[in-house]
Amino acid sequence: MLLQEKYPEEIKGILARFPHKKSAVLPLMHLAQEAYGFTSREAMQEVAQILDLDPTHVLSLAGFYTLYYEEPVGKFVLEVCNDLACALRGADEFVQMASRKLDIPVDGTTNDGLFTLKTVMCLAACDRAPMLQCNLKFEEHLDEAKFDALISRLRAEAAAEKAEPSIVEQISAFAK
Amino acid sequence: MHKLEVYRANGGYEALQKVLNEYQPGEVIDIVKASGLRGRGGAGFPTGLKWSFIPKAPGEKYIVVNSDESEMGTFKDRELLEKNPHQVIEGAMIAAYAIGAKQIYNYMRGEFMGIGQHFEEALKACYDAGILGDNIFGTDFSCRMYGYYGAGAYICGEETALLSSLQGDLGQPWSKPPFPAIEGLYKKPTVVNNTETLANVPPIITNGADWYKSIGTAQSPGPKIVCLSGHVNNPGNYEVEMGMTFHELVYGENYGGGIRGGKKFKALLPSGGSGPVVKEDALKAPITYEGLTPYGSTVGSASVVVMDETTDMVWAALKMVHFFKHESCGKCTPCREGTFWMERLLHRIYEGHGTEQDLEVLQSVATQIKGKTLCALGEFAVNPVLSTIRHFFDEYKAKVQGGQKKVAAKTAVPTPTD
Amino acid sequence: MSDQVNLTIDGVELSVPNGTLVVDAAKMIENPIPVFCYHPKMAPVGMCRMCLVEIGLPVRDRNSGEPVLNDDGTPQVSFRGLQTACTVQVSEGMVVRTTTEVVTKAREDVIEFLLTSHPLDCPICDKGGECPLQNLTMEHGKGTSRMDYSLKMKLDKHVPLGELIYLDRERCIQCGRCVRFQEEIVDDPVIRFHNRGRSLEIVTMSDPGFDSYWSGNTTDICPVGALTTADFRFGARPWELTPVATLSPHCPSGANMTFSTRREAKSGGRSVIKRIMPRQNEPVNEIWISDRDRFVHHFADAPDRLKKPLMRKNGQLVEVEWGEALDAVAGKLQQSGTAVAGLSGDRVSNEDMFLFQKLFRQGLKSHNIDLANRRLAGGDVVAKVGISQGSNLLNLGQGDAIVVIASDLHEEVPVWWLRVKQAAQRGAELVILNLRPTRLDECSRNVIHYQPGQAIATLRQLVNDAKVAAADADNSPIKAAADVIMQANNVVAFYGAEGLTYAETDAVARLLANLLLIKNEEAYAGRPNNGLIPVWPHNNTQGAWDMGIHPALEPGYKPAAKPGMRANEVYAAAQTGALKALFLLAADPIGDGLMAGRGQLDFLVVQELFLTETAAQADVVLPAQSWAEREGTFTSGERRVQRYYPAIQPVGEARPDWQILAQIGERVGLEKPAFAASLVFRDLAKAVPQYKGMDYRALARVEKQWPDVGGDDLYYGGNAYENRVGLGMQWPAAAESGAVDHFEVADVDSELPGKVVVVRTAALFTPGTLINHTELLQARMAQPTLIIQAADAAKLQLAQGEKVMVEVAGRGVETAVRLSEDTPEGVALLRGVPYQAGLTELKVMG
Ligand SMILES: Cc1cc2nc3c(=O)[nH]c(=O)nc-3n(C[C@H](O)[C@H](O)[C@H](O)COP(=O)(O)O)c2cc1C
Ligand code: SF4
Ligand code: FES
Repeated sequence: MLLQEKYPEEIKGILARFPHKKSAVLPLMHLAQEAYGFTSREAMQEVAQILDLDPTHVLSLAGFYTLYYEEPVGKFVLEVCNDLACALRGADEFVQMASRKLDIPVDGTTNDGLFTLKTVMCLAACDRAPMLQCNLKFEEHLDEAKFDALISRLRAEAAAEKAEPSIVEQISAFAK
Repeated sequence: MHKLEVYRANGGYEALQKVLNEYQPGEVIDIVKASGLRGRGGAGFPTGLKWSFIPKAPGEKYIVVNSDESEMGTFKDRELLEKNPHQVIEGAMIAAYAIGAKQIYNYMRGEFMGIGQHFEEALKACYDAGILGDNIFGTDFSCRMYGYYGAGAYICGEETALLSSLQGDLGQPWSKPPFPAIEGLYKKPTVVNNTETLANVPPIITNGADWYKSIGTAQSPGPKIVCLSGHVNNPGNYEVEMGMTFHELVYGENYGGGIRGGKKFKALLPSGGSGPVVKEDALKAPITYEGLTPYGSTVGSASVVVMDETTDMVWAALKMVHFFKHESCGKCTPCREGTFWMERLLHRIYEGHGTEQDLEVLQSVATQIKGKTLCALGEFAVNPVLSTIRHFFDEYKAKVQGGQKKVAAKTAVPTPTD
Repeated sequence: MSDQVNLTIDGVELSVPNGTLVVDAAKMIENPIPVFCYHPKMAPVGMCRMCLVEIGLPVRDRNSGEPVLNDDGTPQVSFRGLQTACTVQVSEGMVVRTTTEVVTKAREDVIEFLLTSHPLDCPICDKGGECPLQNLTMEHGKGTSRMDYSLKMKLDKHVPLGELIYLDRERCIQCGRCVRFQEEIVDDPVIRFHNRGRSLEIVTMSDPGFDSYWSGNTTDICPVGALTTADFRFGARPWELTPVATLSPHCPSGANMTFSTRREAKSGGRSVIKRIMPRQNEPVNEIWISDRDRFVHHFADAPDRLKKPLMRKNGQLVEVEWGEALDAVAGKLQQSGTAVAGLSGDRVSNEDMFLFQKLFRQGLKSHNIDLANRRLAGGDVVAKVGISQGSNLLNLGQGDAIVVIASDLHEEVPVWWLRVKQAAQRGAELVILNLRPTRLDECSRNVIHYQPGQAIATLRQLVNDAKVAAADADNSPIKAAADVIMQANNVVAFYGAEGLTYAETDAVARLLANLLLIKNEEAYAGRPNNGLIPVWPHNNTQGAWDMGIHPALEPGYKPAAKPGMRANEVYAAAQTGALKALFLLAADPIGDGLMAGRGQLDFLVVQELFLTETAAQADVVLPAQSWAEREGTFTSGERRVQRYYPAIQPVGEARPDWQILAQIGERVGLEKPAFAASLVFRDLAKAVPQYKGMDYRALARVEKQWPDVGGDDLYYGGNAYENRVGLGMQWPAAAESGAVDHFEVADVDSELPGKVVVVRTAALFTPGTLINHTELLQARMAQPTLIIQAADAAKLQLAQGEKVMVEVAGRGVETAVRLSEDTPEGVALLRGVPYQAGLTELKVMG
């Protein structure tokens, strides 16, 4: 019931946008992932329950869409685009550098649970390569120094437990 | 421009006002038809004609803005939403008025949530100012618009997959008919238009169809945003008049500014991963829907990726095929199995373990996908393979003969994963 | 637009109904187009691409709209690439080509694609031999694959989706038939595709896994061996299997099924039942069966089956020879004069029941004949206004109405639930009257939940309302429902016994009959697709009525001159000693809590499959053959008489019920026994006027069914679906041939027996003599549960999950309390316990 406890207003607002509530499943899954950290069984079951869906339907969507994480992930998910256009501008090398710096393989999570590193398909920012999204926020025109700065900033944020609303929360808030 | 005041100060929402006050819905469709505006989502379908397919009978209808923008090398809708969201909103509302829709959804890829803030703020400003909601500008036109965010799936850019996804189902396309114009969102008549397409509508209304037609070429009128990336000095979005050459785009002072590091040009992808690659000879072609036909390619959504002489074309093909394999929804057999098979073969060839026979099979698998898939993704997936084999056969040959080492030492190549 | 469309397929001209899909049109002229994802029972999706053909349309002049002609006068046809025959509807002048080089190549290509990830493990696959993929590969494939083995994907092979169904991920060709069946046909969308692209995989998140009463059907329609039942996996190779037609041994729908049997050395060369699959009978169950029907057969081969007659000697039941047992039974029955009674279960065949009543009526001059557990009245009413001959629930849709009262079809007769639900999806209006919500409610706009004790009053109100003209908008829900019924073109009414006494069900049947008769000359009753359907508790309750297993009705509903004792009177008389001898045929009244014990009986004989509680107390126990070992007929609730056939050799010395009864009959002076079930049927058809014209040959008649999903086919490659041995025959209700008078309805007063009343509700998997022998289903069996509102529970000081002893049919049963706000106030629903009639007081014991 985490989702309903945390985001009652958002849920109401999202549901109000559609003539059929099934449409609310992706927005609610985004929120559920926010509440539970990943699309855990409970998260999926809660979404299914709110929308009168079979939980298997939610599971099916969680597997289809890449932005839902079915396994636990770090606090910050760094998704580097290494698709062709970015790779032409050094994205593959950037990924290697990031992997080395964080000391994790691609798809790995740091021991402190802070960072998960992933590679993703084109993010519509090819002119600003290398780039990545961190919890859906785009970080562009990157190089090693900027990456280091980003990581330090995120570490500091985590240490300060500064809880700015996440991008998902900010977007969902518009539905309130 | 993303602020409502700024947009209005520059004549924003006057087109909408004009439409509501002066035109019947049918007249709006006629103007858009007359302008010759063609869809900017890739297929170049005449927009006015698309709107005219919507049944006139009363009932629920929908406008859906396609901001899924996931084609490799495409980043124009993103910038529109970020910098000029009101023009998209205004265009969508004019479309809604024209077809009799009261509800608009803007389907953005989930990764645009950060960018979507600007769009959501713009919507909020419109609701606050009475531009969205009931009785807009005192007329009896009421209209609501909402943002919707996908969750990572290129296929959701295909219109029927997009609608399935928006309905809360798996983002898989359906076999047409039924066409969205007859049975779209929630089985109601629906127009799906690209973000940029709709952004073209307000100026057409304001300045007239003739003004619009005076820009660009007869068959491809209007301005077009071109996304330029890859090995150029100045990557970015450029609004160009249709008919300008690719050469100008790549080398022009105000555009690409030439190849990075003074390297030599090798190849160019005119429509991201989904259109066939072209060689230097095609640079003289005009940027129009028809311009690349003689070169066996198309402009698609004009996502121009430039590759210099150092690029290993087998590697490039593998990157693109990996993309399509990764994004294949799995619904139809040739695409699901074919992209998987092509990727495995290409990977083996790229690694230097391939044989002549692998190359032959690769080519034949690609050919055998063509014309059999449920939607165009499968057709797209074939292009990088067949066009690179056609233009850069030597590179493949060298790899399967184990002679030449990799042209450029690329790292972290995609490995086929299960 | 005309209803027929003319087109040409490979040069053959044909005319088919408008709206027909190209793939079906080709099937009609036996020029089948290969398919994988398409299934004629489901909406087309066009995903496998196997059915690609060339489709041309006549070119029309832009201005005149007239067809453009070639020089030779033939119409010009334009072809546009390959199209899927499963998604395209025929249109006038269409030209379809399925034999061109392009099409042949396309088929080869698609097959090659499918095989790139399919393991070529046909020799060990359960589907091998009846596999559409294998068949179509032979027919349309190239014979070689260019996909390297080393490039193939290796996936999990034995993934349990639940304890009943297993998935082999490598074999799945992602056709989606299983997923679509669960969503589209049975509305249990508990399996779905997970991931995408080449990683698509069937998954479930339900608990228990794959939680649906229909799960087994997905293994039939899966075109490869990806889905298998836990029962059949590695059980046998399809080509070694012999199909034998049978019927559901449980269900009054008369679901048609097929045994697949094989002779096995380890069973001493006996035929062994390897599985049960559906057999196509469109008006009965199409090609669907519930998991109960599919998995129940294990009782037939159960090790504890009775194998020899038993007789009580020195207080012990000991094995004896048949002669001795039969002599003893005949002698004892005759010695008891008329103080004898015969009670039958409702699962045995018409032949058995006919000879049973004959033994008593003619041999022993006793009318003390009844069903051992008579729950639902109205057989006599059904004989007059039952659903008419030629009806098919598949025909109901827009403009029709279906009434369901006092029944939970989903739990009681899933096949009927399915067909009613689908009729509703086609537009039929459902009128549901129950005292609690059931699954059909969601398909209905006319749901009436009556108060406990108010069933009759509510129905009476409905019938009265139906007699007056349609009302305006603000009428009561009952009046609205009455209007829906009276405005319908066709009306079918189901009635059950939930929460009702036998007398109440009689009133319900009569009231419904009157409803069907209101429109006098154009009464619903008597017309095809109209009439009454009783939700009988068993597969052959209808047959019991027809055969005169009734103290007051002889075969063919002939009133008895002097009615005998009813079952409850028999049980009472057994206690007092008024009854001397009792013969129980396939019934366990002691186990069911209907009879306290053998009481003062001199002689108790039980004819059974197992040593039931009652049998254990008998003087003689006669081992009967199960339905799998013998032939016979059952009559469904739609009054369809159907045959079933012997599949396995008799167990031990068990004999068919009818034969045992005939042999006893001979000993009490009846004529020499008939030596075949068919001859018994011939006799009974003479005695039962309704069965006139029926004999074993007529019942075995078949005609071509549409859609054609049977043998060696595109949709299923085996021999189980095909109905080769009979669609059965419906007997005519009286209303079909002449006017039927309205029925008198006795007043039944329904007083509430307590503050909180118990209503026993059905569950498909309720423990019982037959189903208890299927190990596989035990995890799904309905556990005794008391379902009650929170408020009532609080008053009774019951908490969620608490275990309490509740009195059921005179005995204490431990039940688990479940709180549910769906339960009406003052009601406690009891699930997973033996049957109990009417409303009783909730008695929580210690
Ligand atoms: C695989 C695939 C991906 C597509 N992706 C997009 C996309 O991201 N954005 C878009 O506008 N159109 C995309 N399209 C095209 C749409 O299906 C559709 O043609 C377009 O949205 C129509 O809008 P327009 O007429 O304004 O161009 C895609 C098509 C396919 C087959
Ligand atoms: S399991 Fe069988 S029915 Fe289901 S999708 Fe796979 S092949 Fe089709
Ligand atoms: S696409 Fe027609 S049968 Fe599968």
